[in-house]
Amino acid sequence: MYTTMLRIRRFEEKVVELFAQGKIPGFVHSYIGEEAVAAGACAALEPTDYITSTHRGHGHLIAKGGDLKYMMAELYGKKTGYCKGKGGSMHIADVDLGILGANGIVGAGIPIATGAALSSYLQKNGRVALCFFSDGASNRGTFHEGINMASIWKLPVVFLCENNMYGISMPQKRGMAIEDIADRASAYGIPGVVVDGNDVIAVYEAVKEAVKRARSGGGPTLIEAKTARWRGHFEGDPQIYRTPEEIEEWKKKCPIKRFEEKLLKMGVLNEEKIKEIEDMIAKEIDEAVKFAEESPYPEPEEALEDVYA
Amino acid sequence: MREITYAEAIREALREEMKRDERVYIIGEDVGRFGGCFGVTKGLWEEFGGERVKDTPISETAIIGSSVGAAATGMRPVPEIMFCDFMGVAMDEITNQAAKMRYMFGGKVKLPMVVRTPVGGGLSAAAQHSQSLEAWFTHLPGLKVVMPSTPYDAKGLLKAAIRDDNPVIFLEHKMLYGVKGEVPEEEYIVPLGVADVKREGKDITIIATSMMVHKSLEAAKELEKEGISVEVIDPRTLYPLDEEKILESVKKTHRAIVVHEAVERSGFGGEIVAIIMEKAFEYLDAPVKRVCAKNTPIPFSPPLENFVIPQVSDIIKAVKEMV
Ligand SMILES: Cc1ncc(C[n+]2csc(CCOP(=O)(O)OP(=O)(O)O)c2C)c(N)n1
Repeated sequence: MYTTMLRIRRFEEKVVELFAQGKIPGFVHSYIGEEAVAAGACAALEPTDYITSTHRGHGHLIAKGGDLKYMMAELYGKKTGYCKGKGGSMHIADVDLGILGANGIVGAGIPIATGAALSSYLQKNGRVALCFFSDGASNRGTFHEGINMASIWKLPVVFLCENNMYGISMPQKRGMAIEDIADRASAYGIPGVVVDGNDVIAVYEAVKEAVKRARSGGGPTLIEAKTARWRGHFEGDPQIYRTPEEIEEWKKKCPIKRFEEKLLKMGVLNEEKIKEIEDMIAKEIDEAVKFAEESPYPEPEEALEDVYA
Repeated sequence: MREITYAEAIREALREEMKRDERVYIIGEDVGRFGGCFGVTKGLWEEFGGERVKDTPISETAIIGSSVGAAATGMRPVPEIMFCDFMGVAMDEITNQAAKMRYMFGGKVKLPMVVRTPVGGGLSAAAQHSQSLEAWFTHLPGLKVVMPSTPYDAKGLLKAAIRDDNPVIFLEHKMLYGVKGEVPEEEYIVPLGVADVKREGKDITIIATSMMVHKSLEAAKELEKEGISVEVIDPRTLYPLDEEKILESVKKTHRAIVVHEAVERSGFGGEIVAIIMEKAFEYLDAPVKRVCAKNTPIPFSPPLENFVIPQVSDIIKAVKEMV
């Protein structure tokens, strides 16, 4: 989980840098600061389980096993990318890894996760679907409809709200009249759990419990992980809606540093080991960037392919 | 005359109409303090306050649905949907509520509301943030559909739309927000349903909308060097549509091409072609052509996106094939 978090952090730092250099077109929504949620949650899943992701999806994809090379190539719009250059940052998917796509439409992944869970229920294949979404998405109708349906049929799905407290400029306080989104679970007769989203172990344990419940026919759980994004909503966002102090406070609660200190204390990790992991990740990222830069763009005519099966 | 951007022109229209009529209010995601995702409503929250520039949760269904309710009961809402692509999540409110209410109530209600939303590609924003969906709306009797291409038109048309007693879908192009153009200081209105001849010519008529007006004008400039004289007509509003001006031009030039950024299949271009065929067939020297986006979702990668969306060179090529 430590390596996963660090991999996400370093990948995102690189992406932000490349975006600023104009090498990555379109929009980029950085996941920096929220790494513990993806890493903890995906560690509690089997490789055959499904996830649905969001516009802020790089971390989810990496945690579910996404290959940095193909991710980076997709961000560049190259032919070798996960979506052959058709999707970009907001649409990366790898169905073989159970990744049913990042999504440009906020809240759209919620009923899709319900559907994946319905499918595994009907096919009796024991797979669980985990749905990543954020506080803003929980105000959409898809949240109500998707969770309600999953709860009446006791489908094997975990709804994981990464509450980073803002939907673009809208603070949670002004977007809803409650403090804990997990409270909404009671409306569907399912458990609602609040966890510290910067504590990877807490996330892991909550999700593990929910996955166990889901797999054994107990139905969905709504987990709310409280966390924060360190950067703007998208790269280039001037963030007039929050103070630099607020961001600094969250940086002090860095999920990676926090876990690192714990592991150091436990003796699982030492400086040498950290350096080893850092070096390995740096190499992976260098390779990914090189792969993306050296890959060709798709031929224009390829735009016409893949519209229908 | 002074020049301002398309975004500034829209902002001025909003400000002037809000000042003129207390019933006008803005509602949408991040439209307040943040000033809108594309900065169009910047400063209005400071000027009019949160009661009249309403930030909402991510709730398109409720943004449009509440606007229908408020419009039916005496207000004049101007909801913003951050990208036209997200209209899909409020499509019942558009299709079955906004477009139908007056009719179903036997003409006993007015729905003065304007849904502003950006369309179009060019930003590598991929398939869920780049569409031109005007045909969704022109297909619905009960709605008016406006698609301005210049700052002047945007301001004048938005003012007309806000004063209109019907639901209006106002489609702005995201690549036009920064484009400057002449806009008078004094008050003016561009009435809905009046096309504009953006350039006069005699060999062929191009009927173009939104961003494609600019690309068609560029093509016309190039073609002029080769002695081909192109007339460019911008309908400005797709419903009501100024058929007369289009037909008049076709009768003069005897050739027509429709250029739009929406995909060709079932696009609004088909409607214009049909009108020309029905009402000016005997004037035509060649079959009417369409230059539209290819029939695929808009891809992310720049070379793919450029291929799918019509370019100046595509327009030039089509014209040359005809004259
Ligand atoms: C249906 C829909 N409405 C609006 C948007 C524009 N939009 C993109 S991200 C976003 C904020 C999302 O907030 P939240 O769900 O809290 O996720 P976060 O960005 O905080 O991770 C908005 C409004 C969208 N993509 N889809």
